[in-house]
Amino acid sequence: MTRIARTRLGKTKLPKRHALSTRIWHWVNAISVVILFMSGLTISNAHRRLYWGDWGFETAQAWFVAPSFPGWATIPTRYSLAIARDYHIVFALVFGFSLLAFMLAALINGHMRRDLFARAREWSPANVWLDIKAHLRFNFEPVEGKYNILQKISYSGVVFVLLPLMVFTGMAMSPGQEAAWPWLSEIFGGRQSARSIHFICAFALVAFLIVHVLLVLVSGPIRQLRDMITGGRAK
Amino acid sequence: MKRRNVLVGALAAFVSACNEVSETSVFRNIVDGAQSWHRGLHRALGFGRITMAPEFSPSEISPFFRGNGSLDVNTEAYRKAEAEGFANWRLSVTGLVDNELSLSLADIRALPQRTQITRHDCVEGWSAIGQWTGPQLSHVLEAAGVQDSARFAVFRCADTLGGSAYYESVDLDDAYHPQTIIAHALNGQPLPVLNGAPLRMRIERQLGYKHAKYLTGIELVDSLTPIAGGKGGYWEDRAGYQWYAGI
Repeated sequence: MTRIARTRLGKTKLPKRHALSTRIWHWVNAISVVILFMSGLTISNAHRRLYWGDWGFETAQAWFVAPSFPGWATIPTRYSLAIARDYHIVFALVFGFSLLAFMLAALINGHMRRDLFARAREWSPANVWLDIKAHLRFNFEPVEGKYNILQKISYSGVVFVLLPLMVFTGMAMSPGQEAAWPWLSEIFGGRQSARSIHFICAFALVAFLIVHVLLVLVSGPIRQLRDMITGGRAK
Repeated sequence: MKRRNVLVGALAAFVSACNEVSETSVFRNIVDGAQSWHRGLHRALGFGRITMAPEFSPSEISPFFRGNGSLDVNTEAYRKAEAEGFANWRLSVTGLVDNELSLSLADIRALPQRTQITRHDCVEGWSAIGQWTGPQLSHVLEAAGVQDSARFAVFRCADTLGGSAYYESVDLDDAYHPQTIIAHALNGQPLPVLNGAPLRMRIERQLGYKHAKYLTGIELVDSLTPIAGGKGGYWEDRAGYQWYAGI
């Protein structure tokens, strides 16, 4: 379903492949996620042990000890928890509010319903298997609509699960925020559990980012990047 | 240049830009603005309530309460005070108050007490749960009569780190908060030296470095700029930690 708008001069304005709101959010989010991840690695270096439950401070209580992340992967390069937190505090707001704005725009302009949500028939094992086989042949063209089922699962998983989990587990870790919404850290099973989930989701996002960038590189990177900037033309 | 080298070069340029940006005054202003936004959201999302840090049941208390930062005060005066069981320790209340106070531990124990089991969150990321007992700071402030011009409570401490005296400060919103207590007991026992004996602050809606240990004085001021490095606390001055530590 494409909408064809007419300009005042009566010329047909072809619909864009990506809406302006999607493009702005895509790049704001990309920058935010990279800065939050790299400053997050510095924060992880400050205390590398992860725990479940409300509290924990010793190795014996830890379920995981993260590696010490090297300077080239962290913001700032030299170890400074204070500066890393500065970046995290600023970009947490950019990240959270831009995600909220994108979700509202995608709800209003129909992107969510039209492109991101899968129809019941797309969930059939036969369709999913067909799509897996197509991906293995490096054929990423959807049979119908904008995205195939694997793309819908990945994009929806990131937009509706991983990114909101990053926001909410982050909020659950702030003592000032927790005093306002104590139920939030309870949902995650306590502050240290929220911290562990925050860490796991951060790496799940990086896994998505790597696959996402690789798939862009093998599917016409110049066109893909251009369309995510100018909007491109819808088919 | 190969694509990989381009990527590595771009990453290096990006990281070095981040390193430099963090020193600029524009970035400092953005960080200050972001801190105010977080604080505003923390208050606004309480929808008019006085937001309270969660309190736990006795079964959830950590078996041992980790100490961090200063774990002792290496002065003769402190050794002597410790040997005396802190019987002669005084807590002064000074600055923009109508009646300056000098309270003994007995005075502090004679005030109405609050006991709370709360979680202590270190800026590094770890947490421990303990039971704290002491008078609410608001009772002490009411006895001293805080003047209208006061905006911050500054906590003076006996310990030094790297040659500088430890201190901290909060706004009057946190100073008068019901869970802000002057703790003299941890888990029903007199406060251990490790955790700030004989007195430490509990500022439950903020991170651990705000909870000043080895407390000797509370000073009411209208500005933090003239004090030490001017940023309102030891770690704020020394390492640039955020003054609002509710994030």
